[in-house]
Amino acid sequence: MKRFFGNLNFTLGFILSLFIVMMALTSLVWTPYDANSMDALHRLARPSLTHPLGTDQYGRDILSRVMVGAVNSIIVGLVTVGIGISLGVFLGLISAYFGKFVDEAIMRLSDLLFGFPAVLSAILITSILGPSIINAMLAIGIFYIPVFARLTRAVAMTIWEREFIEAARACGVNEIYITWRHVLPNILSPLLVQATIQFAVAILAEAALSYLGLGTQPPFASWGRMLNEAQTFMTLAPWMAVFPGVAIALAVLGFNLLGDGLRDTFDPKMVRKR
Amino acid sequence: MASVLDAGSGIIRKREDIMIETPLIEVHDLVKYFPLGGSLLKKPHSWVKAVNGVSFKVEKGETFGVVGESGCGKTTLGRLILGLISPSSGRIEFDGKDFSTLNNTEMRSVRRRMQIIFQDPYSSLDPRMKVFSIITEPMRSIKDLSRNSRRELAADLLKRVGLRPEDLDKYPHEFSGGQRQRIGIARSICMRPELIVADEPVSSLDVSIQAQVINLMAKLREDYNLSYIFISHDLRVVNYLCNKIAVMYLGAIVELAPKHCFTTIARHPYTRALLESVPQPNPHQRGKLSPMEGDVSSPINLPSGCTFHTRCHYATDKCRKIAPPLLQVEPGHYVACWLNQGRGFEDY
Repeated sequence: MKRFFGNLNFTLGFILSLFIVMMALTSLVWTPYDANSMDALHRLARPSLTHPLGTDQYGRDILSRVMVGAVNSIIVGLVTVGIGISLGVFLGLISAYFGKFVDEAIMRLSDLLFGFPAVLSAILITSILGPSIINAMLAIGIFYIPVFARLTRAVAMTIWEREFIEAARACGVNEIYITWRHVLPNILSPLLVQATIQFAVAILAEAALSYLGLGTQPPFASWGRMLNEAQTFMTLAPWMAVFPGVAIALAVLGFNLLGDGLRDTFDPKMVRKR
Repeated sequence: MASVLDAGSGIIRKREDIMIETPLIEVHDLVKYFPLGGSLLKKPHSWVKAVNGVSFKVEKGETFGVVGESGCGKTTLGRLILGLISPSSGRIEFDGKDFSTLNNTEMRSVRRRMQIIFQDPYSSLDPRMKVFSIITEPMRSIKDLSRNSRRELAADLLKRVGLRPEDLDKYPHEFSGGQRQRIGIARSICMRPELIVADEPVSSLDVSIQAQVINLMAKLREDYNLSYIFISHDLRVVNYLCNKIAVMYLGAIVELAPKHCFTTIARHPYTRALLESVPQPNPHQRGKLSPMEGDVSSPINLPSGCTFHTRCHYATDKCRKIAPPLLQVEPGHYVACWLNQGRGFEDY
């Protein structure tokens, strides 16, 4: 534990991510106002004691909506990284184990997916399947599969070459057991680092898609959606754009720093220096 | 000279009386080529001839040493014997069972009777596993063993190799190289195997630790009635531990001799060169060094005839053209050298 918190990136990232997660968890049981209840009397209200972050064009409380938006972002992060890891790690392990034709096929397919700019392909998918948060998550998740497949393949291949794999074979255990007990635990740390960083990217991607109207649909609160709605009122009510924007920035920064910090502490060279 | 030989063959004969007829492991004309430069669509343009026609047998309870320079195919030979890689051709029989006739399940059960000790005690232990899981890994396939009895067995194993039972819950990085090698040894004796292939088990250790590990291996040999195939490039170590010694050069055995014949009357020029290069602590006993010239030839393009002719001081035209067979020159002593076939040692 001390090893992790000795790292400034990790500590900062941990605090920021914890803040976002706590905000999301709190919103599940309590928000200052109902995030979707409109209040025509207090439209576009400035930040004040009653509405700490102000209200939007329907009089909805921005703080409540930012809190609910955090849940949305975290779910998007979990689901997309979940899709990417489960399928990507599976394909990567297969690729590393079988090599040859199987490896070539999986990796060229990954290249193909990689070839498209991420947001562009997400826009493509959501415009084909129709704009909705589920489709947006699917689009981002699919883009993550090659990311994790490549990482898994690269690391797993080096693990398969290690002598303890040969030792396990000499012990008479089967290949599935070796994959499960030897290969997977040894690729866990780079996967965790990648997952954390991709979590941040997913939050940003969802915000972008929602901003374009392809992600979360009204009236549900999403940081990107809020930015979209705020743009008409930029001069009248800048707080409508500033606070969701700050939330996105903090979340992305937090998870990125967390990932960087994890990478630093997992790197064996860094450990030796300490 | 003759008396030494007689004494030697006498011991061998006595051994054979006690032994059951089938040797523990028997290798016939074993060949392993690795492809070079091949890819999905292209055929490999050449082959590395790592092991090129090796035959020998190891009796139960015997320690069989394999020596040779790096790259001579010692390690490949060890892997082949354990069935970790499959031979290009040739036959391996373990306790009378031919490997090529066994299916996966049978192969796994045979493997359990053989184990390996690796050279590098760092990469041979999974850094993410505790010592307990590492040394009981061979027991994985046995389902009806409770965790408690596993732990007892593991603690006993650790004691046998000179570690403490408290070490069970530590990770490999908490140990020194010598201790790690002991963990590797504990893993290898976990299932009471009959044969252990030790692939340079001490060459990455300090000399003082080497002696400890060698003595441990000798002790375990007595405790468990083990057979070892001891692969090393260190003649002193092999000589200390082994009953029979095979010298490999470029994938083939050039000389095979019982231990007592080995140091005194080795016949192959390559063996003699190896023996001369062992550091001699007493300066008065140091002979003139006539080091081998040149490097080992490439195992991709093997020299014609005797593969050693490129570095041999005694090479003749015959050596350059025709490969000498491995023939018995005295009971139990085989040499692959034209100079020795049917001739005495004095001809040198």
